[in-house]
Amino acid sequence: MTLAEPAAESTATAPPATPGTKRNKIKTGEGRLAWMLVAPTIALLGLIVGYPIVKAIYNSFLSDNQKLNPTTGLLEPAGAWTGLTNYKHWLLQQCPSGAGKTITCPTGTLGSQFWGSISVTVGFTVVTVLLETVIGMIFALMMNRAFRGRALVRAAILIPWAIPTAVTAKLWQVVFDPQGVLNKLLGTHYAWTSEKWPARSAIVIADVWKTTPFIALLILAGLQGISADIYESAKVDGANAWQRFVKITLPLVKPALAVAVIFRTLDVLRMYDLPKILTGGANGTTTVSVLVVNQLHSGVYSASALSTITFIFIFAIALGMVKLFNANIVGTPGKGGK
Amino acid sequence: MSPKVAIGAVSLLSAVVVLAGCGSSGNKSGTGSSSGADARGPITFVTGKDNSGLMPHLADAWNKDHANEKVTIKQQSDQADQQLSDLEQHFQAKDPGYDVVTVDVVWTAEFAAKGWVVPLEGKYALPTDKLLGPTVKAATYNGKLYAAPYASDGGLLYYRKDLVSKAPTTWDEMIADCQGKTSTTITGPKPACYAGQFAKYEGLTVNAAEAINSAGGQIVKDDGKTPNVETPEATAGLNFLVNGFKQGYIPKEALGFQETQSLNAFQAGQLMFMRNWPYADAILAGTGSKVAGKFDIAPLPGPKGVGASSLGGHSVAISSYSKYKATALDFLKFVESDAVQSYNLTQGSNAPVLTSLYTDQALVAKFPYLPVLQKSIENAVPRPVTPFYPAVTEAIETNVYAAIQGTTSVDSALKSLQAAIQSATAG
Repeated sequence: MTLAEPAAESTATAPPATPGTKRNKIKTGEGRLAWMLVAPTIALLGLIVGYPIVKAIYNSFLSDNQKLNPTTGLLEPAGAWTGLTNYKHWLLQQCPSGAGKTITCPTGTLGSQFWGSISVTVGFTVVTVLLETVIGMIFALMMNRAFRGRALVRAAILIPWAIPTAVTAKLWQVVFDPQGVLNKLLGTHYAWTSEKWPARSAIVIADVWKTTPFIALLILAGLQGISADIYESAKVDGANAWQRFVKITLPLVKPALAVAVIFRTLDVLRMYDLPKILTGGANGTTTVSVLVVNQLHSGVYSASALSTITFIFIFAIALGMVKLFNANIVGTPGKGGK
Repeated sequence: MSPKVAIGAVSLLSAVVVLAGCGSSGNKSGTGSSSGADARGPITFVTGKDNSGLMPHLADAWNKDHANEKVTIKQQSDQADQQLSDLEQHFQAKDPGYDVVTVDVVWTAEFAAKGWVVPLEGKYALPTDKLLGPTVKAATYNGKLYAAPYASDGGLLYYRKDLVSKAPTTWDEMIADCQGKTSTTITGPKPACYAGQFAKYEGLTVNAAEAINSAGGQIVKDDGKTPNVETPEATAGLNFLVNGFKQGYIPKEALGFQETQSLNAFQAGQLMFMRNWPYADAILAGTGSKVAGKFDIAPLPGPKGVGASSLGGHSVAISSYSKYKATALDFLKFVESDAVQSYNLTQGSNAPVLTSLYTDQALVAKFPYLPVLQKSIENAVPRPVTPFYPAVTEAIETNVYAAIQGTTSVDSALKSLQAAIQSATAG
């Protein structure tokens, strides 16, 4: 929800209006009406967003530990209060070894995959967002030009974004198959999805292919808001193409770009479907979300702790990015307008 | 003023509607009165997606004679992990709407240990003398039968009869058959020697358990929690796979093979031997197959004679929360009848659980693989029977995959497998 704010704010403040005058307009009666109008929405949000989050956080302090009764073969019910054990399990790699003792999680337990999955997720995020931003910018600049067949190019660029991710994953699975299209084209015999780095690059390629149009689209919206007059006067002043891009296009498109980058970053941090379908999480492609779902089957309370950790992790990054870009988003139009 | 009041009233009203909507969804239960062993009534049969269209016939056949105890079929997704999640959620909610459920053989222990399914003893006793032994064993946990075997499955060795004169019965024979006739990749001029399913997924557990069980090992002891893989037998079993990748009798592409990819490779003539389920037979013999008429099937080889297949298939169990358990029990007996079992075989190629059908002349004429499949299932060993199965199979997949990729040695893979299972079942 916090994400939508910068976008809304940037459009709202685009004509240089100062917040002060706006606040003065709101009389107390109108304010109360506004509250009454949003109250049902807030109540509903509290119910469908707030409750599950609180419940998940509460669950994360319960134990999955189930004693197996040796004579009946029945598991005793789980759910005892266990404090921070689940968090220690993930963050400090403490796995049970019987009789209440813990050991460092052995390879093959889900616990041992935690830090690996964090770095894989962050790695995917940095690489894909970088690539998508650069390529998306190029696409947007192309789409913004007036030339013959522009409509065709725009449609072609947007197609990948219109395809559901699960279908994308299946599509690339065919491409990356050992006997698939890519190996035929390159004349190689790479087992793309069964080695670490090829598998990772396969996911990066598929993700960039799919979501670059999204970034391109948002940047394009920003580009179209820039008046042609500015470019013309810059040309008259003798600025070359590169200078126009760096001094005019970039600063003016920054708010849109920031929103696109934040959205994509949060999306990639939650990436699940691509690795799940393309590689099943094998070969160093287990993201945090894949790990959460894997953990669900062997202990829902521990999975709650893991999703809480993921939640805090992503939330912190989101907050940081909003803070980082916020000044620019609000500041740029003011500067650019004068 | 008046428009404001109106708006306020509307918003209030909408809030009330929302709250009312939430309230009504909460109390669904509370109907139905008597439950227990004698209660009869309409039931729901929950099963995975019916890809071969068997369910309408099954429901019709049952409903014809049970006007007051009609069965409703509820189909789940066709993905096993989604089916499992769906069942877990409904059992945790103690849903009486799930009367009879289809249970994958590997879920039996978990469902039983959590008390979600009714043990088939006493009033619920189910005769098992006509069933194939291993299918009963796979539905048994802690000495009690918890589910009625419904469809079985066993691994088979598919081999190119145009390239080898007779099927190998041991690993060594198979490797010897490949000498000079194969290459180490499926893209070479000659076919590769052998492949099963070695991608990191449930299929790898199936294949690894087959290798280890064939060599006389056992992954988890009978108590359902003690790991037992630091043994010479388990080492020998895992070595068969690891050496395969090292020496080249298993092509490295097989590290990404699930059932379909291995089938495709064999179908394109790129494999000499393949481990797969019986369903592959019809596809390989069909049009568009390069090996139609050139292949045959045999039981899986082992180190010294026939190997131990992992048992696949499904059972049917009664939910502990069902209100009409007597009807449910009758339904269990019904799905094991000759009529249903042979219909499932002829229409859906489901391997039956009744021993008699494997020697039925008419059926064998139609499905020539039946006698071999019977041998495979009779020698089959269930995958580890443990309530901690999801964690155990994760441990097997991760460590075996590391070993066959060559990133870790067989000994250290088994050592961490032992530790991982120990930790997963420590409780």
